[in-house]
Amino acid sequence: MFVPGNNPGLLKDAHIYGADSLMFDLEDSVSLNEKDAARFLVYNALLNSDYEGCEIVVRVNGLDTPYGRDDFNAIVRAKPDVIRLPKTETAEDVKQADLLVGELEKIYSITTGSIKIMAAIESALGVINAYKIAIASPRLIAIAIGAEDFVTDMKTGRTDSGMELLAARTQVLLAARAAKIYALDTVFSDVRDDEGFEREVRFIKQLGFDGKSVIHPNQVEIVHRVFTPGKEDIQKSIRIITAAGEAQRKGSGVISLDGKMIDKPIIERAQRVLDLAEAAGLYKGGEKNETKCC
Amino acid sequence: MDLKRAGMAGTLESSDIMVVVEPKEDDGIKIHLESPVEKQFGDQIKKVILDTLDELGVDKAMIRAKDKGALDCVIKARIQTAVYRGADSKDYLWGEVER
Repeated sequence: MFVPGNNPGLLKDAHIYGADSLMFDLEDSVSLNEKDAARFLVYNALLNSDYEGCEIVVRVNGLDTPYGRDDFNAIVRAKPDVIRLPKTETAEDVKQADLLVGELEKIYSITTGSIKIMAAIESALGVINAYKIAIASPRLIAIAIGAEDFVTDMKTGRTDSGMELLAARTQVLLAARAAKIYALDTVFSDVRDDEGFEREVRFIKQLGFDGKSVIHPNQVEIVHRVFTPGKEDIQKSIRIITAAGEAQRKGSGVISLDGKMIDKPIIERAQRVLDLAEAAGLYKGGEKNETKCC
Repeated sequence: MDLKRAGMAGTLESSDIMVVVEPKEDDGIKIHLESPVEKQFGDQIKKVILDTLDELGVDKAMIRAKDKGALDCVIKARIQTAVYRGADSKDYLWGEVER
């Protein structure tokens, strides 16, 4: 969930709405003459607040702006989980940020590589370079599509159907999957349109995204509801993983369940359902399949 | 850090504090605080202001603060911003990591 960086009231309570990840923003939600104030505020808030297990992300200003370097200097020292790079267009953007974070980790005696990076892709050039961006640094854990700047760059606007974003969404998703990192979808700006929002969350989940950025606490529950597997799916997945585990123990190459053959992709999908169920607190481990997927 | 002019930061929104840090001829810090919780927390707010000024090496200043229920970290951030603005400085020094 995005949290504007220069608003003490929102910064204070941001963790109580159940978002998995809080993204404190120093970029577009902060006016140019308040960049210094937002940076000091987020810095002090991170050092002194307990966000109760929420993943902490800070969206900094780009290194091509007068604010980027100061943002990195301050925010790395405050040790967030992730730094989000805005308007990433090339692999070089990520490499430059990676290098700077690494240098600052050394200066501040922070474990090397502990601060991760997420890159937002928000232009045609960024979409074209999505895979190169996705593999640019071992520190990069996710790429995200930023729709508002992207559609502006494409000389169009956003519609309910989202057709203007389809090519970019699939390109970013393909790049993330090929690079084995996470893919995160853009925000939905109309906070009063819950139905439209839920439709979009279902659509991007079906495409394969790992999650969606939100701008209002009311949107958190909808994302969780859509992404949390249903009871039937969980039960079926437990049976698939159990059957796969038994077959492995017996040394049997062919696995069948209810008369149907179970193969590797089905096992991977079942494991992903259980991972999501575990993250939602609906499943407590047990059988695990070691097939790697993100 | 030497103040060259008045530096202002913060807003009058809930949970924030608006501070003005002004240069002063004679030594010492003078604080004029308005807060709805002054009776309970006035001393603590002033302590955060004084500690933050001390960290920044400011020993001569007049502080006017209108508090709207700000947390200590917000008070600290607003004082830091106002001092750097008043000193016309961007040589930020980031403090020790506390976690």
